[in-house]
Amino acid sequence: MNEHETLGERLAQQGISRRAFLKFCTAMASLMALPPGSVTAIAEALVKAKRPSVIWLSFQECTGCTESLTRSHTPTLENMIFDMISLDYHHTLQAASGYGAEKSREDTMRDFYGKYLLVVDGSIPLNDGGVYSTIAGRTNLDLLQEAAKGAAAIIAVGTCAAFGGIPNAKPNPTGAVAVTDIIKDKPIVNISGCPPIPAVITGVLAHYLTFGFLPELDDLGRPKSFYGETIHDRCYRRPFYDQGKFAKSFDDEGARNGWCLFELGCKGPTTHNVCATTKWNGGTSFPIESGHGCLGCSEPHFWDAGSFYSALSMSSSPLKLATDAVVAGAAVGVAVSIANRLKKSAAKSAHQTATIADLEK
Amino acid sequence: MNQELFLTWVRSTGLDIAIGIFVLGTLWRLFEIYSLGRKTDLAVPKHRAGASGLHTIFRRSLPPPGMFKRSTVSYVAGYVFHIGLFVIVVLFAQHIKLIQGLTGLSWPGLPSQFIDATTVVTLATMLLVLAERINKPVKRFLSTFEDYAAWTLTFLPVLTGYLATKHLLLPYTLMLSLHILSLELLLIFLPFTKLIHVFTLWGSRWYNGNINAKKGVPV
Repeated sequence: MNEHETLGERLAQQGISRRAFLKFCTAMASLMALPPGSVTAIAEALVKAKRPSVIWLSFQECTGCTESLTRSHTPTLENMIFDMISLDYHHTLQAASGYGAEKSREDTMRDFYGKYLLVVDGSIPLNDGGVYSTIAGRTNLDLLQEAAKGAAAIIAVGTCAAFGGIPNAKPNPTGAVAVTDIIKDKPIVNISGCPPIPAVITGVLAHYLTFGFLPELDDLGRPKSFYGETIHDRCYRRPFYDQGKFAKSFDDEGARNGWCLFELGCKGPTTHNVCATTKWNGGTSFPIESGHGCLGCSEPHFWDAGSFYSALSMSSSPLKLATDAVVAGAAVGVAVSIANRLKKSAAKSAHQTATIADLEK
Repeated sequence: MNQELFLTWVRSTGLDIAIGIFVLGTLWRLFEIYSLGRKTDLAVPKHRAGASGLHTIFRRSLPPPGMFKRSTVSYVAGYVFHIGLFVIVVLFAQHIKLIQGLTGLSWPGLPSQFIDATTVVTLATMLLVLAERINKPVKRFLSTFEDYAAWTLTFLPVLTGYLATKHLLLPYTLMLSLHILSLELLLIFLPFTKLIHVFTLWGSRWYNGNINAKKGVPV
């Protein structure tokens, strides 16, 4: 397999103007919170960058991440940047199937050993030898370990790959885990979200192509430029939260007035993502703008954090001990009361009357 | 355990345990205290008890003549932080939502800015009463470990709640978890410390008023 052409050559082939490309670079610089002067640097670096080979492994997932990345914008620069990488293996998008498809993956791993990017969506099942998800007769664990060996970096796309996601939710019958639970010796960036925002993955790719390394990550391995703030911090409904104006139901006056959705279970205050600023569907809106609270899908274990419709200040599961506590409390109280009364009676019966004669003794 | 799991734990299992111990402990203590009874008073009452008990419940909230001047900080700060705690706990929308989730009861809340201001004042007055407890020799002499523990258990939920809503010091998720955890500690220890006065206060005042009237000092 030959070396891939540069991004500049590819852009020229596709007739993309420099103006459109610079607009893309500006948007990426802005998304990644880089200084304005970096736009030119990004453009220069991207034009010269070789299109990296990308192997996309889909494990225990719903294909929502791919749906999000491919269908949400048609066509935009986000789609084009996907043309700028060489996507050599992707179940959903590739034309090849069977042995041909697997050969493409094997060829890429051999020809670009140490250089290719490995994108993973979906969690990896470990229970029962990993039999719950296999591709071409091989377990996800086996495929991941093999592909990770020669990868320059790994991008875990979606909450399943990043944190285990829904397959990892209790009781986790398949023993699903995240990529970071298995691979310890490679740079890994988690692009969480169920699904993640398309612009975030293109931003991370642009950063990698520009600088040759992954962006700065938070303690959960997510790029700080996208996950540094909470939805709540940047929510346009935040002033209503500060004023204590909350919608009480999805169709009351408060909801119609666009008041805060905290009481309806919005998890925006504890969820780190850029939905409130980058938005979805080409910048159309995001869940809160559509009238529904944030589910917290870019955070670990969001599926096990109680009802999506119970406020953060509420109990996330029904109380189990309260009734027993009432009975036990009353029983202990009565038992102690009886013991005290018996003690009093005993003291009373033990009381001896003193006479003057006794005192004179 | 990461922050998200910690938050989920304090919102579920932790809260369940804390409320369980709180309910158990409170019922236990109240049964124990009120079932103890008093020795039959054989003396002829010097005065009819009347409503002296009821009056005392309110009268004890007012400083006796001369006491306000002698102990201004105790009265003013005492009032301020008790009212502040009431406002924060009962009139903050997020707390009402918790109470609604547990009991089904709800009522309108106050604007968050008002709660913020109340919290700052409450924290300041609580620090003031602590400073006075330490500085006044008599109060210091009378104070035990339990007094300082009760103060800390009350102060921490207010402080962490404020830091959480203002996004200070620690990430919001962690601070919110610590806030809920501190409340759970308060709930667990409340029945077994002097903090039980939130329940026994009224009964004790009534008893004192009633017995004083019978002894000839009606209110």
